[in-house]
Amino acid sequence: MMTKKGWDEFEIGAMLRTFNGKIDDIAGTQQQDRDYSENSSYTASVADWRLIKPIFNKDYCIDCQFCWVYCPDVSIISRDKKLIGVDMDHCKGCGICVEACPTNPKSLLMFPEQADEESEIANWPKKDEKEA
Amino acid sequence: MAFDKMELQKIEVWDGNRAAAQALRQAQVDVVAAYPITPSTPIVEGYAKFLADGYIEGEFAMVESEHAAMSACIGAAAAGGRVATATSSQGLALMSETLYQASGMRLPIILNLVNRALASPLNVNGDHSDMYMIRDSGWIQFDAFCPQESYDLNLIAFRVAEDHDIRLPAIVNQDGFMTSHTAQGVHTLSDDEAYAFVGEYKPMNDMLDFEHPVTHGVQTEEDWHFEHKARQHNDLMVKVIPKIKEVFADFEKLTGRKYNLVEKYDMDDADVCVVCMGSSVETAREVATEMRAKGIKAGVVGFRVFRPIPFAEIIDALKGVKAIAALDRSSPNGAAGTLFNEIAGALFNTDTKALLSGYVYGLGGRDLTKAHLTALFNELQANVDAGKVTTQLQQFIGVRGPKLAYL
Repeated sequence: MMTKKGWDEFEIGAMLRTFNGKIDDIAGTQQQDRDYSENSSYTASVADWRLIKPIFNKDYCIDCQFCWVYCPDVSIISRDKKLIGVDMDHCKGCGICVEACPTNPKSLLMFPEQADEESEIANWPKKDEKEA
Repeated sequence: MAFDKMELQKIEVWDGNRAAAQALRQAQVDVVAAYPITPSTPIVEGYAKFLADGYIEGEFAMVESEHAAMSACIGAAAAGGRVATATSSQGLALMSETLYQASGMRLPIILNLVNRALASPLNVNGDHSDMYMIRDSGWIQFDAFCPQESYDLNLIAFRVAEDHDIRLPAIVNQDGFMTSHTAQGVHTLSDDEAYAFVGEYKPMNDMLDFEHPVTHGVQTEEDWHFEHKARQHNDLMVKVIPKIKEVFADFEKLTGRKYNLVEKYDMDDADVCVVCMGSSVETAREVATEMRAKGIKAGVVGFRVFRPIPFAEIIDALKGVKAIAALDRSSPNGAAGTLFNEIAGALFNTDTKALLSGYVYGLGGRDLTKAHLTALFNELQANVDAGKVTTQLQQFIGVRGPKLAYL
C-alpha cells in the first residue's frame, strides 16, 4: 500500500520511479535482485484480477520458452532458459501460455483459482494419442 | 554534429516571428515538433531552415496535426531535451488537451503562441481568443507587445521554465500579424551571449537516464490527482513570480532592457488608465501621451505576464487611479471580459474607489485606432468627473451597427 503523502511530499510531475536509487546494470540484474520502488507495479499484487490460473507441470516442459515469449505480462519466470514457475502476483489468467505450449500433454493448464496445485498435477491429463 | 554560429548585426530588422525563430536558434533547441498554421508558421519554418543550414544541432519533427506536435514535444521533453514549438488559434485549440499534459508532467516546453481569432467565422488575424482559451492550462504566459519583446521573452522563457524549482511550460504570446509580421529594429545578443544567458539544458527525471528509470504521464484517481494539481498551482502561485523577477533582473543586467510583470506607462499620477495586452499597449501609450497634452492625466498598464496572474503588481499598478478601462480582445461570449474580471478580483478587497469599466475590441484583427482610444480616455475622464461609471460596464468598440453595451 503506497503511503498517502501530502501535496508537498512527492516529486513533481506525473512521474514515478521504478527503483529506489540508482540501478547500474539493469540487463544483468534479475528481477528478484532489483530494488523496485513501491511505485513499481512489480511490488503490487494484482492477483485478484484473475479468475482462472495456470498450473505448471515441469514433468512435461521442454523449456522451449514459448510461454515466456508470449506472456503479455512477463509473468513466466525463466532462469537460464529453464521455466521455473509463474509470477502469480501479476498473472491475469489470460491462458495465452497454455495456448502457446507445444507439449503433449501441455505443461501449463488453466484451472479455477481455488484449485489445489498438488492434486491437479497428480491428476494431470495423459498424452493425447490422436494429437501425437 | 557541429553547428555554425551566425553573425548578427547589433540591430536586425526582424518581425516578431523572425525574432522568435532566432531566439530558438540561439537557445539551441533540441527538438521542434510542429504543424504549420498562420500566422505562426514562419517561427517553426525559421527553426527548420536554421537547422537545415547547419546553424542548430537539433531535430525538426514534421507531424500530422497540432495535437501530434505538442504530443511529440511532450515526448521529447520527457526524454530530456530542450523543446519548443509555435502555433495559433485553431492549432492551439487542437493542442489544448496536450497542453494540460505538458504542464501536469512539469515539462518546460516553450510555445510561441501567435495570437489569432478562433472560428467561426474563420479568420487568420489577431485577437486574444486563443490566449484566453488555455489560460487555466497551467502554462506560464508571457506577452510580447512588439518584435523586440518576442525575441527577449523567448530567451527569458527558457530560463524561467527550465529552472528546476519551476519546471513548467511557458507560452510567449505575440499579436498575429501586428507583431508577428511587422518588421522592426530588434537589438540582438550574439549567439554566445544569448546561449550563456539561457544556459545549458539541465535534464530532470529524463527518460534517457537509464540508471534512474521513470514512468512519465501516470494515471491517478481521487486518491492522488488533487495533490498533483495542488502542487502545480502552488508552484505557479508561489515560485514562478519571484523567478520571473530574478530572470528579468538578469536580463536587464545583460541588455539594459527592463521588463516588469505589469508594464506601467505614466501611471505615477494617472487619473485614468487603460489596461490591455499585445500591440494595443503601444498604441494606448501613444494616445495617453496625447491625452496628457490635452490635460487628461492618462496612463497605460500592460500585462507582461498573464499567468500566473501578477495579483500584487496589478493592485500596486492601479492604486491611486480613479478610472480604469479593461480592454479585452476576445469575445467573452456571455460574461464580463477576462481582464475586467482579473482586475475586479484583484481590486475588490482593496481600499480603491476606482471606477472599472470593460471594453471588448479588435476581434478578428479589427484595428484599435487612436480615435477609439481618445474617445475611451475621454469617457474615463467623464466617469471620474461624474464620480460613477456613466456607461454600461461592458461596451464593444470598433464594431459596426447599433451601439453594443451590457451589464
